[in-house]
Order: sequence, then C-alpha cells, then structure tokens
Amino acid sequence: MSAPAINNRFLKWFDDRLPVVSFMQHELHEYPTPKNLNYWWNFGSLAGICLVIMIATGVVLAMQYTPHVSLAFLSVERIMRDVNYGWLLRYLHMNGASMFFLVVYIHVFRGLYYGSYKSPREVLWWLGLVILLLMMATAFMGYVLPWGQMSFWAATVITNLFSAFPLVGEPIVTWLWGGFSVDNPTLNRFYALHYLLPFVIVGVVVLHLIALHKHGSNNPLGIPHKGPQDSIPFHPYYTVKDLFGLGVFFIVYMALVFFAPNMLVEPINYVPADPLVTPPHIVPEWYFLPYYAILRSIPDKLLGVIAMFGSLLILFVLPWLDTSKVRSARFRPIYKKLFWVFLADCIILGWVGYNPPEGHFIVIGQIATAYYFLHLLVIMPIVGKVERTRPLPDSISAPVLKGAHKEKA
Amino acid sequence: MASTVHSTAHGAHGDGGTRRDFLYLATGAMGAIGAGLAAWPLVDSMNPSAEVLAVSSTEVDLAPVAVGMALTVKWRGKPVFVRHRTDKEIKEAEDVNVAELRDPQTDKARTEKPGWIVVVGICTHLGCVPLGQKPTDPRGDYGGWFCPCHGSHYDTSGRIRKGPAPKNLAVPAYTFLSDSKVKIG
Amino acid sequence: MMMRARILAAAVTAGLGLALAAPASAAEGNVELPKQNWSFNGPFGTFDQAQLKRGYQVYGQVCSACHSMHLLYYRNLMDIGFSEAQVKEIAAGVEVTDGPNEEGEMFTRPGRPSDHFRSPFPNDNAARAANGGALPPDLSLIIKAREGGANYVYGVLAGFTDPPAGVTVPQGMHYNKVFPGHMIAMNPPLSEGLVDYGGEPKATVDQMAQDVTAFLAWASEPEMEARKRLGIKVMLFLIIFTGMLYAVKRKVWANIH
Repeated sequence: MSAPAINNRFLKWFDDRLPVVSFMQHELHEYPTPKNLNYWWNFGSLAGICLVIMIATGVVLAMQYTPHVSLAFLSVERIMRDVNYGWLLRYLHMNGASMFFLVVYIHVFRGLYYGSYKSPREVLWWLGLVILLLMMATAFMGYVLPWGQMSFWAATVITNLFSAFPLVGEPIVTWLWGGFSVDNPTLNRFYALHYLLPFVIVGVVVLHLIALHKHGSNNPLGIPHKGPQDSIPFHPYYTVKDLFGLGVFFIVYMALVFFAPNMLVEPINYVPADPLVTPPHIVPEWYFLPYYAILRSIPDKLLGVIAMFGSLLILFVLPWLDTSKVRSARFRPIYKKLFWVFLADCIILGWVGYNPPEGHFIVIGQIATAYYFLHLLVIMPIVGKVERTRPLPDSISAPVLKGAHKEKA
Repeated sequence: MASTVHSTAHGAHGDGGTRRDFLYLATGAMGAIGAGLAAWPLVDSMNPSAEVLAVSSTEVDLAPVAVGMALTVKWRGKPVFVRHRTDKEIKEAEDVNVAELRDPQTDKARTEKPGWIVVVGICTHLGCVPLGQKPTDPRGDYGGWFCPCHGSHYDTSGRIRKGPAPKNLAVPAYTFLSDSKVKIG
Repeated sequence: MMMRARILAAAVTAGLGLALAAPASAAEGNVELPKQNWSFNGPFGTFDQAQLKRGYQVYGQVCSACHSMHLLYYRNLMDIGFSEAQVKEIAAGVEVTDGPNEEGEMFTRPGRPSDHFRSPFPNDNAARAANGGALPPDLSLIIKAREGGANYVYGVLAGFTDPPAGVTVPQGMHYNKVFPGHMIAMNPPLSEGLVDYGGEPKATVDQMAQDVTAFLAWASEPEMEARKRLGIKVMLFLIIFTGMLYAVKRKVWANIH
C-alpha cells in the first residue's frame, strides 16, 4: 500500500521544495480507509463539492449584484434576464443552498446513526457543528440579498430574535441593523458577511479534514480497523465511489435547477421588499423549519430563543450524552429504533414549522419540541447505560459482514 | 476531477484489460468535457450582457452643431468626438503628405463626409481623453486635439502627428441616416 | 417522453423529502384554482408565440392602462416573434422622459427598443391615488410572485361573477371567486371583443385571459425555453456519464470484498 515514487523530474524538484505532491499521495494512497464504508459515507465529500459550487457561482454572481435597497431586487432580475447564463448561475446558487443543506443533514444523521461523534472523534464532530452554524448564518444572509418580501421579513424576524435577551437585546439589534430597522446598512453588511463566511467555512473544513485524518473514518460497524486487511487506499476505491455518488447527486440537483427552479422558494419573494406590508404567512427556508417550530412552540419569547439556539448547541455535548460504549446503531437494538423516531421527530418539527401556528399544529409542535430535548438529554444517556448491545464482530474483514448485511435499511 | 479516474487503469492486468482501459478513458474524457462545458456559463456571464449590447449603438442629431463647433457624445461608455470642420480644417487635413505620417491614412479614408470628422476620443497612448472639443481648449500644433497626459498632438483628421501615441484616433463605425443625423455603432 | 418527465419530477420531489412543502393554501381560504392546460407546462413545454403576441396585444391595450411591467424592455418583444422594425415602431409610439439636457431640463422623446416598458404612473403613490387607494401591482413577475402561478392569474381574470346570495360588495369593490377574500378593487378588465384579434381566434373573455396570462408567464420567465432545452441535454449527459461512472466503480471494486 506504499505510494508509488514520484517519477516526473519536475514534480520531484517541486515536491522537494513544496511537498504538495507527496502530501496528496499520502492522503490518497497511504491513508487507510475502512473497506466497508457504505454510500452514506459519500455525503462528506459531496458537501465539500457543494461548497465549491456555491463559492464558484457566488463569485460570478457577486460581480453582477448590487447591495443597495433600491437596486438589489433589480440587479437580481437583471442577472435573471440580461446577464449571459445569469438565470442558470442564480438558480444553481439558490438551489445549491438547498442541496448543500440536504447533503449536510444526511451527513449529520449518518454520524448520529453510526456514532461517528464518539471518542476519539469529538473535536471532529464539534468542527462539523461549527460548519453547520456558519452555513446557517451564510444561508440566512444570502436569502436576504435579493431583497424580496420574504428576504426583508426574514431578516426582520431573525434579527429581532436577539431582542429577547434582557438589557442588551435592544442595543444588539440596533447594532445588527445599523439603524432602527432592517435597511440599507443591514443589507450592505449582510452582503459583506455573506461573501466572507464561505471562506471561513473553507478554513473550518480544512480543520475538519485534519481531525478526520487523525483517526480515520468511522465505519458502519463502528469498530476500529485492526490491520491492513481491514482497509483500502482512498484512491482509487473511494474516489470512484464518490464520483459515482456525485453523478447521482448532480442528476437530482440539475433536475431541480432546470425543471423546478422555484419549487423551494416562496412566490412572495418575487415581490420587492416593502417595509410597510408584512406577508400573511412568513416561513423560513425549508432547512430552518425545525428550529422555527421549536422557537414558536415555546410561548415565552426569551425561552423560545434559548430553546432554538439550544437545540443546536446541545449537540456539542452529544458525545457525552451518549453513554454507550458501542458506536454503530447496528449493534444497539433500542437506540436504532429511537434513531428513526428522532429523525421522524425532526421532520415533524419541519412540517409544523411550515404551517401557520394555529390549532393542532401548536400542540404537535410542543410535543415534538419536548421529545427533541427528551431524546438528547434523557433518553440517550439512559439507553446507553441500560441497553443490551449485540456482540461486536472481531474485525471489519469478511466473516462478520454477513450478519451486518441485512441491517442496512 | 474525473480525469483522475483513468490513472487507476494501471491496476490489475489480464482479461478484458483493453476494454477496461477504454471505459476508464471514455469516462475520463466525458468528465473533462462536462467540466469544460460547465465552466462556460461562469466565463460567459462576464461578457457584455443583453442590456449592455442593446445600447451599443446611438443616434446623434447634428442639426445644432454649427461649422467650427464640436459635440461629444457617450458611446459604449467612451467619449466620441464629432466635429463640424471648417473649410480650412478640411484643406489642412487633405493636404498632408500621407507618407510622412506615423500611422498613414488619408483623410478620405477617415471620414464619410468631408465636413464631419467622427473619432473615439481616447488617446491611443494610454487612454486619456484629449482636449480640443471646446473653443477654449488647446488644440495642439496641428489644430486638432491635444492630449494633456503625455503631450500627443492630433490633426484635424484625428491623426497622430507628434508625441508618444502610436496610432491615429480610432474611427468608430457610423452611418449618416440623413444630412443631420448620424448613427454611431 | 412525458412518462419519463413525470418520473423525473416525482424523483426530484421524493429525493428532496418534500413532504414538508405542502402548499400553504390554508391561509388563502382554499380556493380551487381552475387548472389550465398551458402550452408551457411540463419539462418539454414551450410558449406559443402567436398566443404571446395576442397576449401582448391584450396587455398593451387593456392592462397597461394601470399596470406597469417595468422589468421589461421593448427589445424583449423580439423574443416573442416581433421583428426589429415592429419593435422599433412599438417603442417609437411611446413618449419616454429623458434628460436632463444641456439646459438641465427633462424632455420627452420617442421610445427606443432599449427603453423599459413605460409605466402608466410616475410612482406608486400616484398609482394609488388614481386607483382609489389600491395599488395595481407591477406585472413583470406576477406569475412567479403568486401562489398558483398562471392558473391563479387566469383564475382572477376569468373569475369575476355576481356575488353569491347574502354577500354584499362594498363600494368600489368587485366580487371575484378566485381572488383571496373575494373582494378585488380591479374592475372586470376584459369583455367580449374588447381587443381586435383580426378574426381568429375569437376574442372571448376566456381567450383573452388565457392569452394575456401566457404573455405574463413569458414575461416572468423569459429564460424558460432556453432553460428547459439546456436542461434536457444536461440530464441526458448526466445519466450517461453517471452510468459510466457506475461501470468504472464496479470494475475498480471488482477485486475487493
């Protein structure tokens, strides 16, 4: 499994001065990857590619966009109508955000199912959560830029969340706005930050990869690899598997871009922002809906905000809330069922978040919110202690795979 | 990215080796073509957009420009000098010995109608706007235009006569729609 | 072909787990929109240029008295089959304010193809004042900006009826079975034969509503045909390429397991 020597004389000369070639060889050829990774492990590299697509399309869009309250909407429509392929770039960027979140959420739930956050990968998990938080900030500010009705009112509602904090709340909100309402200064700074944060994400992704390569990928069995028979080089095996996954991803993504580009946006965002008229039904983008539901489920303003942020921050201590010694849900019969309940709970929260806060939606939202925290704070620690796990296989290699095979749902 | 795939061809040899190599090669080529095509929209978006191209020609009413007067119009973001030349200026422009010019061109080749000279008002040296449109402006040694940046002198046909500029002032494409109306671009 | 298209659409929806995205019709009072068979529906749908031209005629002669379409340029009309000369003539028929001139005065001149569609009112306040306080919305993006899209706009145009028994319509309002709340400030804009189509088809209210809605759909998404054409090529490429990648993956992994 040793890397082939560098044969090209120029590359050798260059590598002697800047060891990028040997670094790549080390990462691709020598870096041992578990041989049993399934397709759920494709989503990490897919997320990286999403980030690249977002930055590439974002940079060229930025060349055409004007961050000013009286021109932002018009400049976006100019992109759609007059710029060469402007419609394509904008639809790629707009729907790319949704695809990015879809991919990252699958990546997160894969980690939850297979216990990828557990020792020694806690910091890797933290860095992933930091990336998720940065993505949310970036996506939120990007959504404001077209300056449609939903852009404006999303900005108003979300920035107003900070007013919930006693004493400092109001000054913070005024500071965020740069005025007494969401207006031109707000739009301008959101644009600056929307351009900046993706590069911060790139930095954290590099750290995420360094942390990953320290102990290597987890795997569907959740047991460490015990020798060379358990692993294969990343390249070519996982490069081609990732490329195939990328092809499937692109089919879904392009179908959305070319045939249903506005499926995931609210029509009202094609009406220019009007600070005097609130749309009757304000909803965030789909990837924020579960948090929005948690916010609305709690009748107290401050507690609602705390619960919403808490629902994410709590994930930082997940490695310690999960008391089980076993990583993979394959060998945890109770947790495995609870995982699906938790996933369903998150989807229910999203559905509640989409609907107006009336009637039975309020009750359902409150139950789902309570269960969200119950799962993480109470059920996970207890189940980890009391659950009788199934016997773990001796190694990743052949004989044990038979038993594990039928578990793949 | 996909081109990394075919380097994997040097794996196991044996039966079906050629067919496999072909598959790797074809897939790599397909990926390279796809990536190239996908990059094009990003590049092309930086080319002039439809609303820029739509104003790439402009119509100018010449009726108010008396003999000896000049008019500056903006065309594609640049100044275009339109001067209604006097008979003296026309004669000066036509009498020049073309062979002696740095950028040899006859006045006839540079005008549609002898009375009107239309040039892009950008000095061919480093892109400054020469003086000479207003009656009070310095017009240089040859009665045309004078570039204040590095001292290029242009004659009444907009040809470079003295100074660092290498070429004559450019003549845009234009047509007279009538005696008093010209379309530039 | 249609079958594949429908499978595609279903796959996209399923792939994104969009159980969440049930339309929020609850807030709008659950009006069943009359579904029309638009030529531009579906992944292979295109615009019918003759219909778009008729639609422009309706917009120009009827709607444009109150509704602006400020995102459109006269030159855009070349995309729906008007010749350059026709577009110049249409544009020249409009007085456009330009300036300031050298004396600092604004002046009017005949329109050019590079001008925006002229708005009927100088600003929103003037539009409100002239329309009893109700602002006639700009129509440039109306199809994209309304839940239900073309079906909704058509529904409003064709949805003027007498109010049901017991419903009183306030002064200056009109009953519309599709408009949210059913009370709309707009007069019924269309009446039989209002626009001269020159014979075929007959200018019925329904026909004119269909035509102008199609025109507005084009105005909202002028890139639609190019988008779908490119999309089909991209999908074919990706399906073949992904198939090849799968074959490569199989070969590379053949000696593992």
